[in-house]
Amino acid sequence: MKTRVLMFGWEFPPHNSGGLGVACQGLTRAMAARGIEIVFVMPKKLDVHASWARFVFADTGVEARAVNSVLKPYVTGQVYARAMHDAAIYGASLLSEVRRYALLGGQIAKEEQFDVIYAHDWLSFGAGVEAKRVSGKPLIVHVHATEFDRCGGPSGVNKDVYDLEKEGMEAADRVIAVSQFTKDIIMRYYGIPEAKIKVVHNGIDETTEPTGAAGRLRLASLKASGYSIVLFLGRITLQKGPDYFLRAARSVLARDPKVVFLLSGSGDMERQMMDLAASLGISDRVLFTGFLTGADRHEVYAAADLFIMPSVSEPFGITALEAMKTGTPVLVSKQSGVAEAVTHALKADFWDVDEMTNMILGVIRHKGLKQSLSENGKREVSSITWEDAAGKVENVLQETLLSGVQ
Amino acid sequence: MKSVCFYFQVHQPYRVKKYRVFDIGNDAEYFNDRGEGNLNNRRIIQKVAQKSYIPTTKLLIELLHRHPEMRVSFSFSGVALEQLSQYAPEVIDLFKQLVDTGRVEILGETYYHSLAFFHSPSEFERQVAKHRETVRKMFGVWPRVFRNTELSYRNDLGEWADKAGYAGVLAEGWDPILGWRSPNYVYRPKGAQNARLLLKNYRLSDDVAFRFSSRDWSEWPLTAEKFAAWLGEAEGDVVNLFMDYETFGEHQWEDTGIFNFLEKLPEELAKNPGMNFRTPSEVIASYDVRDEVDMPNVVTWADTDRDLSAWAGNPMQRSAFEAIYELEDKILLANDLKLLEDWRRLQTSDHFYYMCTKWSNDGDVHAYFSPYESPYDAHIAYMNALSDLKLRLERAK
Repeated sequence: MKTRVLMFGWEFPPHNSGGLGVACQGLTRAMAARGIEIVFVMPKKLDVHASWARFVFADTGVEARAVNSVLKPYVTGQVYARAMHDAAIYGASLLSEVRRYALLGGQIAKEEQFDVIYAHDWLSFGAGVEAKRVSGKPLIVHVHATEFDRCGGPSGVNKDVYDLEKEGMEAADRVIAVSQFTKDIIMRYYGIPEAKIKVVHNGIDETTEPTGAAGRLRLASLKASGYSIVLFLGRITLQKGPDYFLRAARSVLARDPKVVFLLSGSGDMERQMMDLAASLGISDRVLFTGFLTGADRHEVYAAADLFIMPSVSEPFGITALEAMKTGTPVLVSKQSGVAEAVTHALKADFWDVDEMTNMILGVIRHKGLKQSLSENGKREVSSITWEDAAGKVENVLQETLLSGVQ
Repeated sequence: MKSVCFYFQVHQPYRVKKYRVFDIGNDAEYFNDRGEGNLNNRRIIQKVAQKSYIPTTKLLIELLHRHPEMRVSFSFSGVALEQLSQYAPEVIDLFKQLVDTGRVEILGETYYHSLAFFHSPSEFERQVAKHRETVRKMFGVWPRVFRNTELSYRNDLGEWADKAGYAGVLAEGWDPILGWRSPNYVYRPKGAQNARLLLKNYRLSDDVAFRFSSRDWSEWPLTAEKFAAWLGEAEGDVVNLFMDYETFGEHQWEDTGIFNFLEKLPEELAKNPGMNFRTPSEVIASYDVRDEVDMPNVVTWADTDRDLSAWAGNPMQRSAFEAIYELEDKILLANDLKLLEDWRRLQTSDHFYYMCTKWSNDGDVHAYFSPYESPYDAHIAYMNALSDLKLRLERAK
């Protein structure tokens, strides 16, 4: 008898702004391959396809109206409030949006047949909790990020978001954390007992690795003129440490002017980072590419001599795996989940600009280092798969079903 | 009669400190870490001296007095002797007492514990000569048997030792090379006239060096009585037990019973009238050659591959070797002793071993022996130091 999972998510490729959608895609596919039946619920109707899961949209059939929310899974309450102010026509607040999804989640739970409920991150937790209340089925919550990561630490944490996260984790029968790093945060700041939390690292495989042809961005000509390329790819927000990236860039450029630093992504600190690059006097060596997908994304990974993820607090960091898959050496902050999952990466504290400088120049100057990181990294990452992750998730599902609802 | 031949390796590298890109051009001291970590050479030397060298050597001196038939041999790297003289001189005094018994043989090697033989024959010869001179001055003896760094060996090393007048060379007794032959005989290196080849019995050596404290091992605990019985049962003329001296007290801690084991071993062996102790020179003088051994490719005593891949297996390691040896001519011409010394200290094999990525996925062996957070960190520090060395070389012109 197949295990049937009612899964609540928020985004799914190609309609995703970050790693959450990529993770949902990779994980659900690998779970389906293990014979798990998945109904994937999203808050509003989107044009998504995946042969391995059936999609249900919370808004369809309820009201003939798509929720044109500006809501993104990564914005904090404050940023959302600001965005809402700019876009008052949408008229809903973050929390009422989440509550609406929760109510619809309960309704869907009444209509669907399933054995276990599974919710990804706080925006879906409410729906998961409500589905559990309505159905009496066990709930697993999968934590891809916490409010502490998004805020880069305990200061500035939005109380409402925190409460929703905590409520979801407390109501859950099991909590899955994307790393030991995240598990520690969940225990420390949310008071969830260790025994209830299981670490499942993300994976990467052919469904989620970036592919495509190079060319549009014309990075090849930069390289041909003797420039090395150092890449930041992620949301340009406090959590991701773009400011540390730029400070390291200045320090590197003081010693080697033949380097170009790419900032790839969008986010609330984009403008601020442009100003910072200017005030550091390195604007001519820093390129802002905006948010990239598909072939463009593959092109920047492939062109880069080094990928840097200087996150202040990173639950996992799938982009580092994407870079490694492309054969690009990576430098990740020690404050990241991926740092505990891979060996063949350079690792530094996010605040240690000197050490990052040392490592960046090491990769640029020493071909042997670059080649070893590239070869070993590519080989290592080929064994970090969604299949593995799905196997661990399946164990959690079985445990949960055996021990029943708590 | 059958002999037991002990050889202990004493070596400590000058570990390169966390030398960063900012230090290039500003700091010509690469080996002077003074932190609390494992890059602090003084700290390591003093720790290993306390845990291993001092207690083991005291015990050996006592055993040599107690058992007039006992013999052992040592190889001391020059950089280890240098650092011991500086940071733990008591160890040098104890080593001298050992040698003064007349029953301890000292083997020849490269002063800098380098793999120069495979990169620069002329530099190799100079390092061997410097080592020989140091041993003569310190202990009043000439090495007559040679062992190359990491027990690395190839036919041309045997030929070299033969021409240089050594009585013999040590190497790993690796089955794929030996085939049906046993390591427990004296062999002749291919291409050599007078020199002999002594081969490590790695199974019995590793029973002590690696497996001694392993509770997963079916033979645990290993007693002196049991081990002496195994030695007695071994077929052949000689059982060559080659291992790191740090086996006693450092790799195998005191609480594993390793010192008691060592203390009991001579008396257990004495119970077998068919066995004696011999040093490598004595073994060569005592037994006839059984066969010629052909080793066209490098064989070492490292891990399961028994080749140089732990030192030169990845692009980082190969480019580091290339970078250090391409400086040779310029360094020699610069005629600057400090430059020459630093260049040579950077040739020590350990630096390259720390850059090994072979085992990084499951690698406890590697992690245990490396003072760096990762092989990549090791490479960066090394290459930065080398960049500074090049800068100094340019300035010295």
